[in-house]
Amino acid sequence: MSAAVSRYFSSSIGRKQLIALSGLLLCGFLVTHLLGNFLLLVGAEAFNLYAHKLISMGPLLYVAEAGLAGLFVLHLGLAIKLTIENKVARGQKYYVKNRTGRGETIMSASMPYTGLILLAFLISHLIHFKFGPHYSTDINGVIVRDLYKTVVEFFRSPLNTAWYVISMAAAALHTSHGFSSAFQSFGFNHGTWTPKVKLLGVVYAIFVAGGFALISVLLHVKGA
Amino acid sequence: MSDNANMTIYLKVWRQTSAASEGKFVDYKVDHVSPDMSFLEMFDVLNNELVHKGEDPIAFDHDCREGICGMCSMMINGKAHGGQKGTTTCQLHMRKFKSGDSIVVEPWRAKAFPLVKDLVVDRSAFDKIIQAGGYTTAQTGNAPDANANLIPKTIADEAMDAAACIGCGACVASCPNGSAMLFMGAKISQLALLPQGQPEAPKRALEMVKTHDELLFGNCTNHAECEATCPKEISIEHIARMNREYTKATFTYYEKERSAGA
Repeated sequence: MSAAVSRYFSSSIGRKQLIALSGLLLCGFLVTHLLGNFLLLVGAEAFNLYAHKLISMGPLLYVAEAGLAGLFVLHLGLAIKLTIENKVARGQKYYVKNRTGRGETIMSASMPYTGLILLAFLISHLIHFKFGPHYSTDINGVIVRDLYKTVVEFFRSPLNTAWYVISMAAAALHTSHGFSSAFQSFGFNHGTWTPKVKLLGVVYAIFVAGGFALISVLLHVKGA
Repeated sequence: MSDNANMTIYLKVWRQTSAASEGKFVDYKVDHVSPDMSFLEMFDVLNNELVHKGEDPIAFDHDCREGICGMCSMMINGKAHGGQKGTTTCQLHMRKFKSGDSIVVEPWRAKAFPLVKDLVVDRSAFDKIIQAGGYTTAQTGNAPDANANLIPKTIADEAMDAAACIGCGACVASCPNGSAMLFMGAKISQLALLPQGQPEAPKRALEMVKTHDELLFGNCTNHAECEATCPKEISIEHIARMNREYTKATFTYYEKERSAGA
């Protein structure tokens, strides 16, 4: 690797831009995921057909999955390294920890914790659904996986639903800082645009996390 | 100025004889504090008493006492310079406190700012960042005419906002990550905005950031706590400009091999 490349990937600014870029791309993935999930509200057939179409993509799906996994590992790995470095950089902790109230927010301060909740969520999410109970159903003569049944059964439990809602609260906190923070990391800061980008980040967080949470609550109410 | 003229302040101050020794908090009661005193003058009163009692006075950094030298580093009740907007410790007055208040005073805490004694830390890491590129190497000769380099007022003002940095280290002290990005952003901005600084801007950004990282300052995560505590109210817009300068330099700047004399 050339000196310029290794310098960028090891520098504080380079690494935070990589966290920002991977975070924004993951934000994009969440939107497509949410749009797919809305089909859960349309009905079993619509959702199962959509899921079947995705699975039928074959190698393309693996490429997409590998890409997502890569983004996630990059985002997580760099963020963990950064958090550890930042703890070391403080050295001895302050006896009194006080903030001005004009800088750090609950959202920005909790990034490592909401991030870890999302990691736990992601693992449990894959176990529950992707590698969860496998049912089959017949749609117009084609045997497809009845993922709808897996989902509906899962959200029958109030505990499962609560865990999803809590995780989505973490996602809302995480993305409402992360989204606009990414723009600052790339150097976009402007008297007019920055407040709008911050607002957009909050709108995004509420729409996406709220959307996922709403679907799980609706499925729970419907199935219970 | 009447009955308030004699405030009593209860201090909890970090005492540590050297970087190698163990430190601890020591409680002091300071009587006869005037509300018109600065926070540092209150320390002078206390130190005077300590000297009279034959005790070691509290070491703290101070110099100009008019808010422009950047020496008076103190974490007051968990806030750099006491947290009053746009104010250094020396310009913080005791009238902002009430008689009978308890105040905890700690030194800046950052791995890159090793403690020297009590409240004094070594901020020479900032000098190393400057030495890495926070200057121009243009041969200046005689002072040029003031209007030889025409710079639009908006740009000059923006550069001056960045140049207001006094290098006090409050940004590092109050950053939850111990990052020096606001300091460095101000220094990089100040020069990148002006024609004299522009030829060396890419190299400067690369070298200063590299040095910052090597000195074990933390990584910026955009809390903006630095901007909130900066006594010169320097904006994180300058961190954004530094990020732009760094990105631009990374992807567009490299030194070509050239034969001598070419």
